[in-house]
Amino acid sequence: MEKKKLVLIGNGMAGIRTIEEILKLLPEEFEITVFGKEPYPNYNRIQLSKVLQGDTEIKDITLNEWDWYEENNIRLYPGETVTKIDKDIQTVYTDKGKETPYDYLIIATGSNPFMLPLPGADKEGVTAFRDIEDCEKMIHASKNYKRAAVIGGGLLGLEAARGLLNLGMEVDVIHIADYLMERQLDRSAGKLLQEELEAQGMNFLLEKQTAEILGKKRVTGLRFNDGGKIPADLVVMAVGIKPNVQLAKDTGLEINRGIVVNDHMETNVPNIYAVGECAEHNGMVYGLVAPLYEQGQALAKHICGMNHQGYKGSVLSTQLKVSGVNVFSTGLINETDQTKSIKVFDEWRNTYKKILVEDDKLAGAVLFGDTKEGTKLLSLIKKGANVEEYLESSQSQDDNESIVVSMGDEEVICGCNGVTKGTIVNAIKTQNLTSVEEVKGCTNASRSCGTCKSLVADLLTHTLGDEYEADEKETVCACTDLSRDEVIAEIKEKHLTHSREVMNVLGWKTEEGCSKCKPALNYYLGMVYPKEHEDERESRFVNERLHANIQKDGTYSVVPRMYGGVTNAEDLRTIADVAEKYDVGMIKLTGGQRIDLLGIKKEDLPSVWKDLGMPSGYAYGKTLRTVKTCVGAEFCRFGTQDSTGMGIKLEKKFEGLNTPHKVKMGVSACPRNCAEGGIKDVGVIGLDGVWEVYVGGNGGTDLRKADLLAKVKTEDEVLEYTAAFLQYYRENARYLERTSHFVERVGLELIQEVVFNDELRQELCKRMDDALSVYKEPWNEVLESETTLRDLYEKVHAK
Amino acid sequence: MEQTVKKVFVGKYSELPERLGKTVILEDKEIAVFKLANGDVRAIENRCPHRGGVLAEGMVSGEHVFCPLHDWKINVTDGLVQAPDEGCVQTFEIMKEDEQVYVLVPSEITQS
Ligand SMILES: Cc1cc2nc3c(=O)[nH]c(=O)nc-3n(C[C@H](O)[C@H](O)[C@H](O)COP(=O)(O)OP(=O)(O)OC[C@H]3O[C@@H](n4cnc5c(N)ncnc54)[C@H](O)[C@@H]3O)c2cc1C
Ligand code: HEM
Ligand code: SF4
Ligand code: FES
Repeated sequence: MEKKKLVLIGNGMAGIRTIEEILKLLPEEFEITVFGKEPYPNYNRIQLSKVLQGDTEIKDITLNEWDWYEENNIRLYPGETVTKIDKDIQTVYTDKGKETPYDYLIIATGSNPFMLPLPGADKEGVTAFRDIEDCEKMIHASKNYKRAAVIGGGLLGLEAARGLLNLGMEVDVIHIADYLMERQLDRSAGKLLQEELEAQGMNFLLEKQTAEILGKKRVTGLRFNDGGKIPADLVVMAVGIKPNVQLAKDTGLEINRGIVVNDHMETNVPNIYAVGECAEHNGMVYGLVAPLYEQGQALAKHICGMNHQGYKGSVLSTQLKVSGVNVFSTGLINETDQTKSIKVFDEWRNTYKKILVEDDKLAGAVLFGDTKEGTKLLSLIKKGANVEEYLESSQSQDDNESIVVSMGDEEVICGCNGVTKGTIVNAIKTQNLTSVEEVKGCTNASRSCGTCKSLVADLLTHTLGDEYEADEKETVCACTDLSRDEVIAEIKEKHLTHSREVMNVLGWKTEEGCSKCKPALNYYLGMVYPKEHEDERESRFVNERLHANIQKDGTYSVVPRMYGGVTNAEDLRTIADVAEKYDVGMIKLTGGQRIDLLGIKKEDLPSVWKDLGMPSGYAYGKTLRTVKTCVGAEFCRFGTQDSTGMGIKLEKKFEGLNTPHKVKMGVSACPRNCAEGGIKDVGVIGLDGVWEVYVGGNGGTDLRKADLLAKVKTEDEVLEYTAAFLQYYRENARYLERTSHFVERVGLELIQEVVFNDELRQELCKRMDDALSVYKEPWNEVLESETTLRDLYEKVHAK
Repeated sequence: MEQTVKKVFVGKYSELPERLGKTVILEDKEIAVFKLANGDVRAIENRCPHRGGVLAEGMVSGEHVFCPLHDWKINVTDGLVQAPDEGCVQTFEIMKEDEQVYVLVPSEITQS
């Protein structure tokens, strides 16, 4: 059977998306031909703003490579314009004299930029902002000219203006209304936006109407209705777009503002469809990709003969893609007699939020400064949610947690492409995706405007846990092509003792490394040469450098050591006094059986430690964190061994040890295992006359049950086997590899073979003793060093 | 809009810790001052454009600082956030008079 002929006019975002949807449904059904006026494969028009702002390059915004057309047997005629459609004999004609018959014809010709019909508008140096050519023109102009004027203070104009600023031009934005983006923002947000952009260096001329573009051959300036003039040698018109309907009009299709279509994107002529910015559905012409993609999906289903309800119109949302500025709006923008509003204006953080409610339902929102609620508000408004639902959900939102965690599976993460959380999570799980790029490839999420990238990243982190960050590469980091093993071998062979030496000798690609390799090298050097290597404080992550945990507001938390989770009245009293004296924000019992004092100012840290007079609990380090213990034989009616005593011994022995990642331990005195050793890096369980030592457990993101390493008789043997295991882990794990991954990767059998070999075990224990011998209690060390106090803990107060 | 510049004393050059940041507190802003490995001193706004992380506590590598909160990489000379993230922080000029290091702060910053 001969294939049906499908012809697409317009090689742009909506048209090609429609083809993609059709190929998904019926890959072999059609013989597809595409005509595109522009000489490129389908590219991401949205990202032109980023190209202009210098964040990406033209070659990086292609959506469908040439190969894609070939692989799908699509005949593409780039740089060829369709000039005529004969609807009676179902054939299209091009400017290069080609005739192509069709069974189905899709018109997706997009829009033309609206050029104000001003005197002088045809001068050199006047451009629109619509396609690659315009973009190149502006980049080129910026190299030879200094002053740009952008006519139009809407989305497109502001993005263009920001781009031109980045290109080193001085930029005036001329706007007809009295505040910016008046179609998407209310006055308050528009004014805030203006202030922000002025701070970035943009200059605004509001309530100005351009009367003439001045100049001889090339533009030299603008004249306004009120007689005022400004100089300019580049003029960008960004006052709007109008649907590109000339061809359709000549063909005799019904045209209003755009090509009129029904819910199935059918025009009034059989077998001719329209989709994208050139189409008008239910009185609406859309200029953002999200609705266009919905249209494309509806059209694809229709052409493939799938039963469906068609396209029903869209709720829009707007985001401005200018770095450093966050604005978002959706639905109703301005108050009416029927609306009630919730407004929050935080002058301190310079954020503004307005939510409009109509008949108890969410009807619209404007956000400035902090737009992280945007995605959620959009999906609530789309489903016509009650305002109470929003208020409840925003209350239960934990600040520390990404918004994605609290979202439902049906909620949309990527607005442009309508991809839900459920779809993304499912793809991550079933197709083992580990990067935003892969998610983009599989689900289309973040493929268009890119603003949801962070949510996708959060979803990855949330779905995959720690692995996501740690396991991406085999090399130490992007600064080198060497793996961990190769680097350590070189360190030993060439006797390298300082990170900078390692980077120089081993040809690091960056001058001073990055936040991945610096701490890793510092660890490896300390592991190989415990006595020789001097710890490099500048290679330490802030928590390990300052010996306290940084919190999201820049304050710190302090966790004193509490061996085995056992304390006494005097220590508790001291802690209480300190908490009161420094007015700590919160006192919290940690999961590791000790006390956390949160919200302490950096400058106060040394005096807090001094007043406490206790050793650091190392709650911040890649080191032994805590040894959790159960009550044990001393009090518990089930107890068989002194679990607290054993725990204290372990903690005293291994405190301050540098390890590839954090190490947690638990000691219980019977199989009930109250200290939960089954999910600890080292878990010890006391039975009648025996101790069991478990390793490689994890209670975090990757729940893993610990493996039984050894059964031993005495407390000393517990210490010995633990030391041997930990030293083996220290010497063989990758930096940031938890014991759970390590045991899984290396295999328990190999580890057992090593630690049961008397000779090897002795050697491991000996090297462990060397490593432990250099330990100094860090808080005390800080208090004793004036330079450290000055260098790390003092801030400068300007006078 | 008139711009005056305020000269804020940071400290003695030799007392600034190398490859680390120093926090300078103004009335309503904080500035992070870094002494780089090559001896140059740089100053940027002490607030990560991502979620407000204190950049003075970040790890310094060459011309860049890594935010301590979520590891954004920021150029301390031109203030630009490095790909894949985007944004920028304000930069400030440094002035050295003999041993004394100052940061020059435009006045709007100190008032507002
Ligand atoms: C700088 C910029 C930033 C934007 N930012 C955003 C954003 O952040 N979010 C968002 O949702 N949207 C944004 N948009 C809008 C978005 O890019 C458009 O809505 C979308 O590209 C429209 O898709 P389309 O397929 O209808 O038209 P287009 O992508 O314009 O495709 C139409 C194609 O048809 C070709 N063509 C026209 N006539 C003929 C003919 N007779 N024969 C052959 N070919 C023909 C055209 O040359 C064009 O290549 C932005 C647009 C621009 C310019
Ligand atoms: C290395 C990469 C990143 C890591 C490890 C990371 C990690 C995190 C973490 C842990 C939080 C919650 C933190 C807190 O409350 O203090 C967070 C929040 C957030 N991140 Fe990132 N992030 C990364 C990259 C990005 C990027 C590239 C973007 C955007 C372009 C982004 C945007 C956000 C936003 C908007 C939030 C707030 C979400 C919310 O709390 O509702 N992040 N990130
Ligand atoms: S683990 Fe056993 S001994 Fe320890 S507290 Fe629980 S029940 Fe008692
Ligand atoms: S606050 Fe700086 S990276 Fe998040």
